Amino acid sequence: MSLKIALYGITREIVGTSVIELPAPAPATVGALLAELRRQYPALGELRSCAVAVNNEYAPHDQALHTADEIALIPPVAGG
Amino acid sequence: MTPHLEITDQPIAVAAALAAVQTDAAGAVNAFIGTVRNQSGGRPVRRLHYESYDSMALTQLGHVVAQAAAKWPMLQAVAVVHRKGTLALGDVAVVVAVATPHRAESFAACQFIIDTLKQVVTIWKREEYEDGTEWVAAHP
Repeated sequence: MSLKIALYGITREIVGTSVIELPAPAPATVGALLAELRRQYPALGELRSCAVAVNNEYAPHDQALHTADEIALIPPVAGG
Repeated sequence: MTPHLEITDQPIAVAAALAAVQTDAAGAVNAFIGTVRNQSGGRPVRRLHYESYDSMALTQLGHVVAQAAAKWPMLQAVAVVHRKGTLALGDVAVVVAVATPHRAESFAACQFIIDTLKQVVTIWKREEYEDGTEWVAAHP
């Protein structure tokens, strides 16, 4: 199973592309995905925060991930 | 109440946002208009670049307005329009407009919506200076 992750703002610049595809981590959870991304891209760990969104909602670390989910990395927002 | 929520790469028509919340049941329309400032922490800013994850931004804006409607049940109408793309100094970046029967709740609801928007809505701001750019709030 693989996961597609959309990247925005500074996370897109850190990773160097707007979408990455990764093999699902074990277990396939939000927390494990974040840990894997931080391992591959240590600069993500330097951000003030880095959340994961699943299907347009902020997702807790224990949430399970599925191939069909719309997954995105959410660096600190700054609208307004 | 169905709010008017919009993320646009076109200049924001402030009068249209105000008109969107006009209703005979409301005696107060309150608006916050955010514009591009010429400095940030003392550093001159040349322009701003906003990036948006539109579908999530609209979903989260809907949650923010629903929270406001729960706190202020007299809320009659809400419009939130946020710009994305490249903005020049003085450009309007965001408009929040609310309508309520009386003024006190209009101030409170408008402030709640803009404050909460800044915390949860998936829009990012990159400031451009004379000598480089920076993503706002990205680092501690």
